[in-house]
Amino acid sequence: MEIVFAIAVGVTFGSGIWLILRPRTFQLITGLLLMSYAVNLFIFGMGRLWVDRPPITPQTPVDPSQFADPLPQGLVLTAIVIGFATTALYLVMMIGARGLTGSDHVDGEEPRE
Amino acid sequence: MSALPWQEHLIVLPVLLPLVAGAALIPVNQKHHNIKLGLAAAVNVLLLILAVTLMALVDGGHWPKAIGVYLAANWAAPFGIALMVDRLAALMLVLTATIALAVLVFSARRWDRVGVHFHSLFLFLLMGLNGAFLTNDLFNLFVFFEVMLAASYGLLLHGYNLNRIRAGMQYIAVNLIASLLFLIGVALIYAASGTLNIPDLAKRVSMLRPEDAYLLQIGASVLALAFLTKAAMWPLGFWLPGTYSSACPPVAAMLVVMTKVGVYAVLRVWLAVFGDAAGPLAGFGFAALTAGGMATIVFGAIGLLSSQEGARMAGYGAVVSSGTLLAVIGLSGGSVLAAGLYYLVSATLAMSAFMLLLELTERIRPPGASLLAVTMEAFAIDDKPEDPVGVVIPGALAFLGLSFVTCALVISGMPPLSGFIAKFSLIHALLETPAPGRPGVTPTVWVLIALLIIAGLASIIALMRLGVRTFWASGASTPPSLLASEAAPVTALVVLCAVLTVLAGNVFEYMERTADGLKRVDDYGERVLGHSPVVRVPIPEGAR
Repeated sequence: MEIVFAIAVGVTFGSGIWLILRPRTFQLITGLLLMSYAVNLFIFGMGRLWVDRPPITPQTPVDPSQFADPLPQGLVLTAIVIGFATTALYLVMMIGARGLTGSDHVDGEEPRE
Repeated sequence: MSALPWQEHLIVLPVLLPLVAGAALIPVNQKHHNIKLGLAAAVNVLLLILAVTLMALVDGGHWPKAIGVYLAANWAAPFGIALMVDRLAALMLVLTATIALAVLVFSARRWDRVGVHFHSLFLFLLMGLNGAFLTNDLFNLFVFFEVMLAASYGLLLHGYNLNRIRAGMQYIAVNLIASLLFLIGVALIYAASGTLNIPDLAKRVSMLRPEDAYLLQIGASVLALAFLTKAAMWPLGFWLPGTYSSACPPVAAMLVVMTKVGVYAVLRVWLAVFGDAAGPLAGFGFAALTAGGMATIVFGAIGLLSSQEGARMAGYGAVVSSGTLLAVIGLSGGSVLAAGLYYLVSATLAMSAFMLLLELTERIRPPGASLLAVTMEAFAIDDKPEDPVGVVIPGALAFLGLSFVTCALVISGMPPLSGFIAKFSLIHALLETPAPGRPGVTPTVWVLIALLIIAGLASIIALMRLGVRTFWASGASTPPSLLASEAAPVTALVVLCAVLTVLAGNVFEYMERTADGLKRVDDYGERVLGHSPVVRVPIPEGAR
């Protein structure tokens, strides 16, 4: 499972990096989204990968190795919300730039041939 | 319910107050401009009073070891989020509140009306800044960084025009990527150490297994990339000059403070986690900070000499001061850190004043006015500079010239003002420090000293050229009209630089106490982790 997870994160992040180096804003924002997905998965994986373990411990004293770490899951939630909000903000900005400059190039103007 | 003493609650107020006020201002119609301005100004004054009170409490020995702790939601320290105020945090709060108040007064003339929701965004920016200074948890730091950045995106685009959109696209993209790096760094640090609380991390760092220590180093390096992008270290700071020169002047002045947040975060995390107590990891990355800082100084100095317009010059000036601070943090032994902190305060004040001043001097030269006119037309503001409302101050040109000279002297570090004292004490401390394990003055220190002097020379040449072009060669026959509300903030900031010079002794003592406290990492662990939550007295049965 670890290897599948690692490859998934790596491929998503790598695709994101390739996309943010492209000159069009649509590619840029898709790249940013892919990268943020990869980062969210990565944070999740940092709590170690568990199968079939509940994250919440009951009141009785328990062996912590039987439970998944709940903190990274909480962190991921926050990161998703913040990432979503800032990406939405960027989208608004892109629409504004498209309207004002008439170009979807990241520099706001078409490259001169 | 057992109540905390009121002083404890002051720690959380710098975050809560702007949040509540900013939210309250959103539904207020843009037409009721005076209400918005009034409330924002009141909150700002309160924030300044709060910050000064916190500083007095911290420095006056109200809390043991000069560290005040506030457990958010009453959770004990490594599990919940602890807010903490020490001398450094209090200093940054005072600095931020002072500059924010000046900026707000300055923007009252017209800048807060060239777009919507200026005051709300401004207050949210303050909330993010204050939160970043007060928090003691890495993930919470991320959250406050994002609050601050989200507000700064809005403010940067304030008064939408083509220039700002172009710069904004790059600024936002760079910062979104930096935020992703921040998250990766935080996740790696958590994976390696199992904690995100900074004092807790500092305690655990010496006891890590070698493979975890390796992971922690990678995590900290990735995290540093995020901080240093904000602090504009070379080669991560290419976004800065373009962003500064396209933002409207009050916003650019606040951006100066935001650059210092990156420096602050490096200072806070590095000194705590990789200080002398870190065992095998002690001193990790400090040499890289010094090298990066010196490269940044070179980059900034070259940029200063090559730029033509004032705002871009100021941007490179900010790059130079960031570089100086990072290099100093890297060498943070003895009294170097205290001198560095003094430099931070003096440079930030002067740079903000300079940003505001630039807009006023632009009025002498016509080209800047045309751009402004387009923006004002777009937002249908009928503003005629010829018949301003308010008190027009006499001798505008003399005022502008004097302020310009003062700012230039402080930024370049020429006598007799605070910039000179800062630079002199930096060089003095660099030459004097008899740090254990560091034999005498190393070649690195000599290079740094040379760079400091060269950067000073570059800034004085660049600023002199700008001054000559603005004041002597502009051919202006009519002096620009200035309002008291625009002149006063600049004057206040400039006068503060002078006060820093006069009270240098007292200020330095404070800085030395701050630097000394920063090095005693155990105190933070003791105070923050040992802070017990408020014990609730159970409500009697009959009362329910």
